[in-house]
Amino acid sequence: MTTAADVKQFHTPLEAENAFAQITENVCRIAETPKPPKAWYIAFAIASSIMVMFFASIGYLVWEGIGVWGNMNPVYWAFDITNFVFWVGIGHAGTLISAVLYLFRQDWRTGINRFAEAMTIFAVICAAIFPGIHIGRPWLPYWMFPIPNQMDMWPQFRSPLEWDVFAVGTYATVSILFWYMGMIPDLATLRDRSRSTARRLVYGLFSMGWRGSSRQWHRYEKAYQLLAALATPLVLSVHSVVSFDFATSQVPGWHTTIFPPYFVAGAIFGGFAMVVVLAVPARQFFGLKRMITMRHLENMNIIMLVTGTVVGYAYGMEFFIAWYGGVQEEGFAFINRAFGPYAWAYWTMLTCNVLGPQLFWFKRFRRSIPVMFVIAIFVNVGMWFERFVIIVTSLSRDFLPGSWGYFVPTPIDLTTLIGSFGLFFTLFLLFCRFLPMVAMAEVKAIHYNHHMHHHH
Amino acid sequence: MTRFVFPRWANKTRDLAGIVLGGAPLYLIAVVWYGFSPKTTDVGYMPEQPVPYSHALHVGELGIDCRYCHNTVDKAAHAAIPPTETCMNCHARIHKTSAKLEPIRASAETGEAVEWVKVHDLPDYVYFNHSAHVTRGVGCVSCHGRVDKMVEVYQHETLSMAWCLDCHRAPEQHLRPVSEVFNMAYEPEGGDQLAVGRKLREQNNINPPIDCSTCHR
Repeated sequence: MTTAADVKQFHTPLEAENAFAQITENVCRIAETPKPPKAWYIAFAIASSIMVMFFASIGYLVWEGIGVWGNMNPVYWAFDITNFVFWVGIGHAGTLISAVLYLFRQDWRTGINRFAEAMTIFAVICAAIFPGIHIGRPWLPYWMFPIPNQMDMWPQFRSPLEWDVFAVGTYATVSILFWYMGMIPDLATLRDRSRSTARRLVYGLFSMGWRGSSRQWHRYEKAYQLLAALATPLVLSVHSVVSFDFATSQVPGWHTTIFPPYFVAGAIFGGFAMVVVLAVPARQFFGLKRMITMRHLENMNIIMLVTGTVVGYAYGMEFFIAWYGGVQEEGFAFINRAFGPYAWAYWTMLTCNVLGPQLFWFKRFRRSIPVMFVIAIFVNVGMWFERFVIIVTSLSRDFLPGSWGYFVPTPIDLTTLIGSFGLFFTLFLLFCRFLPMVAMAEVKAIHYNHHMHHHH
Repeated sequence: MTRFVFPRWANKTRDLAGIVLGGAPLYLIAVVWYGFSPKTTDVGYMPEQPVPYSHALHVGELGIDCRYCHNTVDKAAHAAIPPTETCMNCHARIHKTSAKLEPIRASAETGEAVEWVKVHDLPDYVYFNHSAHVTRGVGCVSCHGRVDKMVEVYQHETLSMAWCLDCHRAPEQHLRPVSEVFNMAYEPEGGDQLAVGRKLREQNNINPPIDCSTCHR
């Protein structure tokens, strides 16, 4: 039964006693305090050590060659591409929150958009590393770009792998611009509050002379809208193009038309799970519970429920079409997925992605911090396994039984995967420490609308 | 502490930043385009040789055929660098005491090869075949320039992959009658290289492949 308090909660993005000054104080304090909470130091120590392991693994890979990974014939793509697709997917939640929800005037997004966007950028950085290091000669990644050269050698424009270069490149560019531009007024706030010249110089440099004049605001709003409109199609296009890497090939289990929407839904699903994983501790440790409210978390859990169900539908539909299509290899590919040598991965994926989020049908679970945190972690695990299942299971048993194989990851595969999380969290922790984690100006704007206009 | 840490002129730098950010990529492209081009880095390479052998004298003035020294050029992939004996065929009698020829005489006596420096050096992963080109009507001059006028041999063309492909895609630019391959001063009939080249291409059925494995095996 819905109570009056629930209704109020749903229509009020922030708790009412948050005055403007309080918002500024709450957000800026995090970046200004000389000592962050102890938890930050512990987290940073762990994350940066894991990041070092990541770069050490990559260094070893460059030195020794691709053989340090478990990739083999016929599993030419394994952890490398799995990690790439996983990280690109994570980013999508940030873009959805900042661009799509902005265009649909979903005011509640303001509490979480800034760090969801930051998450997008860090995820894309992690993702971009993997295609670069899996190419065998990792010192030649610029061959992916159409640069005029004395060899007259051009990338294969008919290959979806090349479309990927452009899709992800555009995505990274627009995301960084959107994130940075949205941050300029808040950087100016930090600059104006700075007590030391060094901080004033750095924040001053990056706020590019923002004074908050109405002309500047006018232009800012226009530019923000334009960038939001540019970023919106990317939510759909980037992971569609990523799915073409597989869908345009003839490998049974890859060659399916459902891939683009299925990948996009999965990306948003996994991305929101990552936002929840980051938001829950961040609001806890940095005292942001009034800005990242239970309503934000609940809304994100609802999105996870919806996209998780779409993903579950896609899993089912793949099986149906494999049977209905009547292609022997395709039918085998899916039976092999569920009951073959990689069945353990398939059922891990299914449990984490399809069963877990169904708990969010219940309000009690949607609003429970421990439940959502655990489910979100499970979803992240599940979404990684989804890519692993699609890539490795399909490749390991294709048309010719004579060429079948079983991929086993090496320790370097594992340290590279785990290490990429180190890089991601290191960047995220630095962001929490030095940049405005919540979009103060935007939060104030909706606060003004709600409390000045409607109630007075 | 003053309220403003940036001096007044800082406002100007913001406008200049646009020019710099816009101009920097153009500058970078220009530097890479010209500075890294093989035209800049490779053309004109003229290493010092152990003996100041003059092609201008031997080929240009005395008229020795290319194949007298580079005798495998029309039969094998590699155009041979002549052994000391080839030099000594003449120099056992001519300029017997020349100081410049001292390394040749020393080589003939000891059997140690003269260490000529390779001028036209392709990467090891390129398998270029001289005979395939020479016997189809690509003149020496097309790749090596007017060697008969070079006192010291230098690299005349870029030898880049784009340069190879340029000819493989349109060989009529450089085809000549097979009998004229070693003619340094060849001029196409009527002065129209493309017309002659097209005719020769059809006549001799020249279809140079441009797939990777043609040169990279």
